[in-house]
Amino acid sequence: MIRRLGTGVVFGSLLVWLPFAVSSVWQNLLITTFYFGFLGQAWNVLGGYAGQLSLGHAAFFAIGAYTSVVLHTHLGLSPWLGMFVGALLAALLSQGIGYLGFRFGLRGFYFILLTLAAAEICRLIALHLPILGGYTGLFINFTPNPWQFQFKGKIPYYFVSLAFLVLASTVVWLIQRSKFGVYLVAIREDEDAAEALGVDTFRYKMLAYAVSAALTALGGTFYAYYQFYLQPNTVASMNLSVDIMIRSIVGGSGTILGPILGSFLLELLGEFSRSYFAAGAAGLYLAIYGLLLIVVVLFLPRGVYPTLLGWLRRATGRHA
Amino acid sequence: MSLYVQAVVNGILVGGVYSLMAVGLSLIFGVMRVINFAHGDMMVWGMYLSFWLFTTLGVDPYLSILATGAAIFLLGAAVQRGLVNRILDAPHEMQILLMMGVALVLENVALMAWGPDPRRVNVSYGLSTFWVGPIVFDLPRLVTFGVALALALALYLFLKKTDLGRMIRAAADNRIGALLVGTDILKVFTLAFGIGAACVGAAGSLMTPLLPFTPSTGLFFTITSFNIVIIGGMGNLLGAFVGGLLVGVSESLGAVLLAPSLKEIVSFVLLVVILLFRPQGLLGGSR
Repeated sequence: MIRRLGTGVVFGSLLVWLPFAVSSVWQNLLITTFYFGFLGQAWNVLGGYAGQLSLGHAAFFAIGAYTSVVLHTHLGLSPWLGMFVGALLAALLSQGIGYLGFRFGLRGFYFILLTLAAAEICRLIALHLPILGGYTGLFINFTPNPWQFQFKGKIPYYFVSLAFLVLASTVVWLIQRSKFGVYLVAIREDEDAAEALGVDTFRYKMLAYAVSAALTALGGTFYAYYQFYLQPNTVASMNLSVDIMIRSIVGGSGTILGPILGSFLLELLGEFSRSYFAAGAAGLYLAIYGLLLIVVVLFLPRGVYPTLLGWLRRATGRHA
Repeated sequence: MSLYVQAVVNGILVGGVYSLMAVGLSLIFGVMRVINFAHGDMMVWGMYLSFWLFTTLGVDPYLSILATGAAIFLLGAAVQRGLVNRILDAPHEMQILLMMGVALVLENVALMAWGPDPRRVNVSYGLSTFWVGPIVFDLPRLVTFGVALALALALYLFLKKTDLGRMIRAAADNRIGALLVGTDILKVFTLAFGIGAACVGAAGSLMTPLLPFTPSTGLFFTITSFNIVIIGGMGNLLGAFVGGLLVGVSESLGAVLLAPSLKEIVSFVLLVVILLFRPQGLLGGSR
């Protein structure tokens, strides 16, 4: 216990010290790692624990981003509050999609396609809403006011994204420890059996979807006030949905550390391929993502983190 | 009124190509129960191959379907042998992730090889049209439709009348049964994936005179193919064919009724309605 606490303190201080010690490239890399780790964690609730793969999380992300920005620019509402409105709207949308899908027992591929179609509909609608800026996109004026979720320099963003990640990981940890989490895993492993044992699978899948969507929307708000520019073809694209999903899966979905590790690995990989092969190879890092996905499916189907853990246990001879 | 008739005609003509690509997807799904997430990207590779043959050797895209069909057949067969074959019994999600990986690789290798600029095959007869009453037919669309129809029919006859075709259908109906009566299942799978891929490769060539394309166009075709096979009924070839025409018409009408950039929304709404009321698809059996 004391050893654990000690490790926690050391690790925590390391995280606090880190942004002051590295260059702004690395600061950016860490921020992106945290916030994609956060998104991966949000996806993890539905995709990892409940086993319902969604390829439409970009829709929730976009709702979160646009809601807080529109409320801020038109009504002057602080994004710190606006992001919860976005989360609520995203949760509502997830219940609509979930109702369509789960009510009729759509599983596997059908559910993936439903989420994808819903996200594409959202993207197309967003492109045609004048208030969202259409194809030109939406620019956000920068006013360095922390109350408006806008900060000078990267260090505040570092701590906000870290806080987001810690929050989501705590939520996932609490879910994992609760009955709810056990039900979700039961649904993932064998939905029919879970139902036969009296688990209200519809209800818990819907609940997991709502939590997942709401968290994702919070991440959208962070993105909006980190990038200061929104365009439906990036924030509501399938590429973003893939980006969210892949981190969780590469790292190990259905575990708490998986999405974080996956996010870090992919961010490193993306950064290296971008900086070393930048000239004339725009698609290289995505091609590498693709290869990585193939390798993970064929050789590490449980993800990097559970596999590493397995090796570690074997090496130290512990069987826990 | 003639505006709508015109839209329906154009929709049917483009729908023929949609049908061909969806038939390919449906064949792969029907036999292996694997969703080819790289379907549209295979199509784009067919398009670039046609484009390349046209610009360097002047080969007409309607002739180069032979080359693209063969090349994408090999690509599909290789993906089946090297990758899909290893995970035939893995959970659905894993298969989908694998195919998404293949899609990402194909799309981005295409991006590195040919760049992000839109390409177009400008055939000399590209703008020739003729009128039937108040309706205008443009020649490339008509030829494209005819060839797509002929190819789909040829596939149908192949599956119905030849021994190989019967083997493929047997494996689709009952894998274990087919194995028990001595079918070389590995060969059948490779062949089926290859043929499915060849369909979409040929569809790519047929599409080149009609619209400009970039490496990222593949995603649109993948999603459209998915829509079509779900609307028509997964694994049902006739359903895929009918679904293709239906989606072609609905997109074309959507472009007239709403806005050209909103045309896809109509087919997505169609998809949601189908998923709601008839998840097995228009022509799918009960499941």
